[in-house]
Amino acid sequence: MAQVQAKLSGARGKKYWRCLEELAETPEFMDFLVDEVPQQTRAIATGLDRRQFLTLAGASLAMAGMSGCRFLPDQKVVPYVSQPEDLTPGLPLTFATSVLRGGYATGVLGTSREYRPVKLEGNPDHPASFGASDAYTQAELLNLYDPDRSQSVVEDGKLSDWGRFNLAIAAQLANLPADGAGLRILSTTVTSPSLNDQLVGLLKKYPAARWHQYEPTGKSSSNVGTGLAFGESVSVVYNFAKADRIVSLDADFLLTMVGSIKYARDFAEKRRVHQGAQTMNRLYVVESTPTITGAMADNQFPVKPSEVLSIAQHLAAAVGVASAPGAQPAPDWIAAVAKDLADHKGASIIIPGDEQSPAIHYLAHAMNVALGNVGTTVNYVDLLEYGDPKGDQLGSIKSLADDVKAGAVKILVLLGGNPVYDAPSDLDFKALLKTVPLRIRLGLYENETSEYCHWHLPATHDLESWADAHALDGTTSIIQPLVSPLYDGKSAGEVVSILRGDMLSGYEVVHRYWADQGLPGNFEKTFQTILHDGLIKDSAAKPKNVVFKPGVELPAAPAASGIELVFRPDQTILDGHFSNNGWMQELPKQLTKITWDNAALMSPATAAKLNLVPSDFLIESDQKDAKVVEIKSGAASVKAPVQIIPGHPDDSITLNFGYGRSKAGQIGNEIGANAYLLRTTSSPGYATGVQVTDTGATYPLSHTRAHYSMEKRDIVMEATFEEWVKKPDFAKTESTTNPPKDKNLYAEAQERDHKYEGFGAYKWGMSIDNNVCIGCQACVTACQAENNIPVVGKDQVSRGREMHWIRIDRYYKGDLKNPQTFFEPVPCMHCELAPCEPVCPVAATTHSHEGLNQMIYNRCVGTKYCSDNCPYKVRRFNFYKYSAGQPWRPGTNYDLPVLKLSANPEVTIRGRGIMEKCTYCVQRIDAARQTAKVEEREIRDGEVVTACQQACPTNAIVFGNLSDKESAVSKLKDQPHDYSLLGELGTRPRTTYLAKISNPNPDIRSQRGTERE
Amino acid sequence: MADIDYGGDGPEPLNDALITGNNNTYKSIENQITRLIFNQRTHPKSWLFVFVVGFLLLNLLMMAMTWLLYKGVGIWGINIPCAWGFDIINFVWWIGIGHAGTLISAILLLLRQQWRNSINRFAEAMTLFAVACAGIYPLFHTGRPWVAFYWLGPIGPNILGLWPQFRSPLVWDVFAVSTYASVSLLFWFVGLIPDLATLRDKTENKALKVLFGMISMGWRGSARHWERYETAYLILAGLSTPLVLSVHTIVSFDFAVGIVPGWHTTIFPPYFVAGAVYAGFAMVLTLAIPIRAWYGLKNQITMRHLDWMAKVMLTTGLIVFYGYVMEVFYGWYSGNQFEWAMILNRFKGPYAPFYWALVFCNGIAPQILWSPKLRRNLVVLFVVAQIVSIGMWLERYIIIPVSLTRDFLPSSWGYYTPSVWDLGMYAGTIGLFIVLMFLFIRFMPIINIFEMKDLLARMHHAHHAEDDHTATAPGSAHAALANAEE
Repeated sequence: MAQVQAKLSGARGKKYWRCLEELAETPEFMDFLVDEVPQQTRAIATGLDRRQFLTLAGASLAMAGMSGCRFLPDQKVVPYVSQPEDLTPGLPLTFATSVLRGGYATGVLGTSREYRPVKLEGNPDHPASFGASDAYTQAELLNLYDPDRSQSVVEDGKLSDWGRFNLAIAAQLANLPADGAGLRILSTTVTSPSLNDQLVGLLKKYPAARWHQYEPTGKSSSNVGTGLAFGESVSVVYNFAKADRIVSLDADFLLTMVGSIKYARDFAEKRRVHQGAQTMNRLYVVESTPTITGAMADNQFPVKPSEVLSIAQHLAAAVGVASAPGAQPAPDWIAAVAKDLADHKGASIIIPGDEQSPAIHYLAHAMNVALGNVGTTVNYVDLLEYGDPKGDQLGSIKSLADDVKAGAVKILVLLGGNPVYDAPSDLDFKALLKTVPLRIRLGLYENETSEYCHWHLPATHDLESWADAHALDGTTSIIQPLVSPLYDGKSAGEVVSILRGDMLSGYEVVHRYWADQGLPGNFEKTFQTILHDGLIKDSAAKPKNVVFKPGVELPAAPAASGIELVFRPDQTILDGHFSNNGWMQELPKQLTKITWDNAALMSPATAAKLNLVPSDFLIESDQKDAKVVEIKSGAASVKAPVQIIPGHPDDSITLNFGYGRSKAGQIGNEIGANAYLLRTTSSPGYATGVQVTDTGATYPLSHTRAHYSMEKRDIVMEATFEEWVKKPDFAKTESTTNPPKDKNLYAEAQERDHKYEGFGAYKWGMSIDNNVCIGCQACVTACQAENNIPVVGKDQVSRGREMHWIRIDRYYKGDLKNPQTFFEPVPCMHCELAPCEPVCPVAATTHSHEGLNQMIYNRCVGTKYCSDNCPYKVRRFNFYKYSAGQPWRPGTNYDLPVLKLSANPEVTIRGRGIMEKCTYCVQRIDAARQTAKVEEREIRDGEVVTACQQACPTNAIVFGNLSDKESAVSKLKDQPHDYSLLGELGTRPRTTYLAKISNPNPDIRSQRGTERE
Repeated sequence: MADIDYGGDGPEPLNDALITGNNNTYKSIENQITRLIFNQRTHPKSWLFVFVVGFLLLNLLMMAMTWLLYKGVGIWGINIPCAWGFDIINFVWWIGIGHAGTLISAILLLLRQQWRNSINRFAEAMTLFAVACAGIYPLFHTGRPWVAFYWLGPIGPNILGLWPQFRSPLVWDVFAVSTYASVSLLFWFVGLIPDLATLRDKTENKALKVLFGMISMGWRGSARHWERYETAYLILAGLSTPLVLSVHTIVSFDFAVGIVPGWHTTIFPPYFVAGAVYAGFAMVLTLAIPIRAWYGLKNQITMRHLDWMAKVMLTTGLIVFYGYVMEVFYGWYSGNQFEWAMILNRFKGPYAPFYWALVFCNGIAPQILWSPKLRRNLVVLFVVAQIVSIGMWLERYIIIPVSLTRDFLPSSWGYYTPSVWDLGMYAGTIGLFIVLMFLFIRFMPIINIFEMKDLLARMHHAHHAEDDHTATAPGSAHAALANAEE
């Protein structure tokens, strides 16, 4: 450095610039010029001393003068010595596989770049994804590359290896009695036939051993409920594609329930209204906590969790099921809903939530039977989960706990799962676990449970392992690895194989199992076909004839008392599966827009009653400093910040799972409150009689912009179905922000033929259907994965610097107690007359001939004027060098090579000080253009699919060529209820919206405001 | 030379004369001004105190800018939706302050307002220093200043084959501000030449003689020199005059060209120019009142000057206030929901206290200057000048963050809170301004010596011929004077 400075100070006048090049040859100087920030980030993070500071001060000022010169690293790349047969360097390959959610398979097509997966898309052939995906599926990619994953075998906190483990476990198993008494396996939900086969084999070898399952947010209650109703546990497959009337009994079937992608797709197909539509479906939602399913409801009934059973009983009675009367008085809407259901026999669904008690499940099945829905909209199939006893996971973990207490467990092998963290708190699983003589855990992370195990075994990620699994309808997928294990991991099948002593590889486990299954044709060929397709064709479970058992005495619900506490999987990190996933932590919760935390959700009235807010409280855009309350249930208590949410039932609080972890990883540690601490086996869905006290402390919650109201602006245009039938073009004619021509000063500019018109063959545009957008935010995560969007961390989010290129705006309308909720995805509008373009002083944002509003990163100097002038505020700025792994929390380091593997090479990594925004996935347009050119044809409609469009479970986003009048997007833009957001401004956005249409039951007096706000 | 006695501790009289005192001679004027340079002991402790404060703040500026270059603009409080904050507020504020100098120098010169003579020199210096402070912001507020500094300028095409984007007001800004800075510098320097020659002639220190000799560029005070000087000075004045109007007009275009409610309004150019003059005179008063007290320059900067400056401030303040009233009226009359929401947001939104403080500072407080008695009370005048400076800063705060944080889509609404680095950089530029200004006070003639002498000559002349009160050109008496001196 001194040398460089000396040279610099010696450089004078005209020689200055030439000297730079000479200077650049010195290695010290090259170090400085790797990019605008020297590689001393770490030194800064740990504090600067005076000398360093002065050095940097001098260097920074010098750099300011000369960084116009670019010095690119001169590194040699070695090409393949023997080129793989199927690989063209630079071109992506796609492989079919599946990822698991709650044990069930979601079929995916993994895009692989030089054999490194960079993006997951839904497998169009797979019944759980239909080519779409959800945020969870997208985020699995980041879990694969998570630098905090466990990387090697650990014995008592010391590094070990598989060889030692194999010897140790063989010796321990030999110590057991011959029948294996004392050996216990605890797995999460298993739908894998081959793993089941392995475990059944193990149990055959050790007949006294037992296999337990526990998944904190699994389908245990549903399985027990079907057991009550039909005498045996069966799986339920709903078919929303045939349902005209849906009643959700606290079921979040559009987001957190297994199978949500399919359910959302089918639901949306019945909900979408296009010109000439005669009907649309109607959704009633009874819910104890606001969900996006409730937000989509035509009639929404917020009730306390203890009231759901009573409502189910009343409704059951009203549709003709002989049932015990509800404990609470019937609400006035029951008759209207029952009549509506009776009018749509065989075309309705009563769907109970997974968290609801078996009694509610029983009643729902009773109603579905009574309404003739079985066989049309509701099908029962053989239970898709394996294990013994089948399905009752709560009972299973209870019996394991009892056996541990009795000292009957000598060796406990945990295949995944995290019971120390998530088992019901009354079991005190941590204390019990410590009494087991030998504890072994296989897992992706060294988590809270691993801490108390003698052996921790690193697991392979779904994308690294051979396995198989059922989808929600029983279709079986074979999971093939997209990449060889990054670390020294093994799959569950391999570990069970070690226990059995046959030491099979994951491939052998799967391959041998399926070879024995009598698949038609030549097995090897068939196996290849299955791997290619990602699933076994026509393997969906056949509907099962079940006989409903009426008059079963139902277990009573806990008596309602005081304030109730609702437990739910978190909307983004679920039961804790994504605790250490930056994408999911930063994905705002769909309704509250909180990131990086969970909170005690409550209604404004409850908060006022608890003296947490003034009684005239208005929800403001930022509740940054949330009050912290202590929630006490029984002996346990947790502290959580308060978040007000409209539409939450009064005298009830919701606390989501997945937070309050101590060993999740750098990201997930020590954030939020652990709801599992308050959950007991007696009532896993909710707790009653909880005490809430104000601790007096405050806690900063980090929201993305959360303003609740549209402020009487016509942003999401909305009408009921009847209104729409009468006046289909209301969104154009009645909008104050989209005034008709005769009232619009800018009409001439808007009508004028635009210069881009007809310039090229393509005129790209997008249509977003607000009516079927369920607000799930799959598009946000898909965009993040596709476009290398960095995670910025909680602090930066609270400063309004999140980087998502597409966001879902959420607005409420009407009464705070039961408001109507609107979602509106907002990517860049690609305005034809874009306000951002004329204000850029360096022409870094320009218009392409095809109508794309482009960002030229290299040219951007970062004045940020474009963002100021963007009425949609869709531009995002790199305030820091986010792409280099912003330290999301103090003391963490994410500038790690493994994370860089997930980057999409087609998309530029943006540096510091640069504006960025949605590009309409220009890299995908160009890929399609290349193919079309090679084949000497035009790009076909549907050939360019943007990442958000591809992920959208409801097909709410459609992209295409507007100059092709037959394209899907052109047809959507011809719909009468198509409108431009803030059209009055004359920006001529290429992204337009279809209005939101709702279909409330006219017989139910609306609690919502009917008139336009 | 002893100060002139005003007759006791009572208030200074308002005297029509632009130079007060009884025994003024050319020499006395010369001595009064040059002793600040030649006799460094003249400078009171207050000079040192203020300078040290300024110097410390200047160091803060260096720190803030180093950290800024190292980390990025993320150290500031800006965000999306509010991507401009203190950076642009302070830029506009400083540019505004810089306006009075040129106005006094150029427009008042062309209008033959001789009362400008005693204040123009340090007003011009103030302009330069304020523009220097302002100039830091537009460059360093960019994400990548290392390319912004030349990509926005006209040198780009030579290297990149690409021009700046001339539709952007930010490019106009670059040209407007750099032109303004260079013309102001020339104007200031050309005006200094005869005085530098005086200093050269008067000093007995050899080194200073050489120094002043070099920078006075061979000025000998010949009639030909004076003639050329007068021509050059008038041409520069002619060049600067449109700049006074254009610079702040163009700065206002940064906003008026945007479509953000609260920015998109046609009244901005005149209202910004008036605001700039308003802020500039407030700053001239802020500097003049203490300086004339500390350095005994009450004869040169008289109550008449202060009184007129107060009147200019009052007038421009009324124009600015009219702008505020019109903004509200347009918001209502436009019938545009976004415009009206913007007005209501100013009235009762989260930043409402700032708005009402603005109305008080710029609209109400200056009205006490209607009273001649209060206007001539230096404490009151000084306080009002401070209030106006604060008010003009608030005006930019209201225009920038308050408009940006609540624009069209409520989903994007946000809040702007400056960070410590925002405050540090702001304080730092104040430090830079103080340091430059106080070095100037110490080492340059802060009052135009020869113009004062010219004025004195005129006063003598007027004394003899009452009817010829206004001379034809400000410098026309120079030649005669120069001859007389010799």
